[in-house]
Amino acid sequence: MDTHDSMEFKRHIRTYVWVFVALLVATVITVAVSYFHFGAEDSHVGNVTVALLIAGFKAFLVAAFFMHLISERLAIYVLVGFTAAHCFGMITFTVYDYYSTPDMTEHTQKLDQRVTRPVVGLRHEP
Amino acid sequence: MDIPYTVQPRADTGLYNAKLGIWLFLASEVMLFGALFSSYILLRVGSPDWLYEDAKDLSVALGTFNTAVLITSSITMVMSWASLKLGDFNRYKLYMGLTILLGLTFMVVKSFEYGGKFSHGVYPSTHTFYAIYFTLTGLHALHVLGGMAVNIYLWGPGSRLWKTNPEQLTNRVEVSGLFWHFVDLVWIFLFPVLYLL
Repeated sequence: MDTHDSMEFKRHIRTYVWVFVALLVATVITVAVSYFHFGAEDSHVGNVTVALLIAGFKAFLVAAFFMHLISERLAIYVLVGFTAAHCFGMITFTVYDYYSTPDMTEHTQKLDQRVTRPVVGLRHEP
Repeated sequence: MDIPYTVQPRADTGLYNAKLGIWLFLASEVMLFGALFSSYILLRVGSPDWLYEDAKDLSVALGTFNTAVLITSSITMVMSWASLKLGDFNRYKLYMGLTILLGLTFMVVKSFEYGGKFSHGVYPSTHTFYAIYFTLTGLHALHVLGGMAVNIYLWGPGSRLWKTNPEQLTNRVEVSGLFWHFVDLVWIFLFPVLYLL
């Protein structure tokens, strides 16, 4: 590594230190905001959103600078993009399926009653 | 037989093989933790009596401390790699040693937390929340242990490679670092999701 590269690398190290400080500050903010309530009184959606936004920012810092994603090769970007899309799809479709399915409680109870009723014509003897 | 492309990048990917390999492995890890986060979401929104705040009886102070420990271990890890890039082997040993100690600190704190729960009769079967809490944090702790094992090797016997092939050791430390940062990244989401929300 020549002198120019060495100087360039030391600049990277300064960036790592700033990222480290930002991560610690973001952690303190994450804890501090958890003592406040955001959004509707009987809902946790506001707090979940705020906490996940801060966590997302921290994750970006770690991935971009510590994992060097800010200056990677195309092959890595393709791989990460493909993975992120699949992970996002898995979570999104799972949650969508949960909320788009009607409440089955009553229907299930009816099915249970039918199953526990003796079935006419069924021979139980061997 | 020599394994090719341990130091020089391949012409087609522009990457040395271990780097592409670790990113493929991390892709599978993203799907593993992603599936567990999906389970967490479903269990939480589907549970009529989910535990919130004080009812969870988790120590926010310990969770915050452990978050700071893992973040600090991430910078010592990247500094150990940077030290090798700058040709400073002694500084590498220092930073890698610190990374291992911080990983150990995380595990000790986690074992205190687990011990406290077990002594109060709280197990995964106690509540849906604790089922997913122990699953997620237990799997994460296994990853910390795995990362520590590799780092201990690279700090100890594996560091002899510096004398014969310094570039390869630097690449190995980079790959180990990518895994370590991923473990930190997972905890960044686990901490608010389990301790604060």
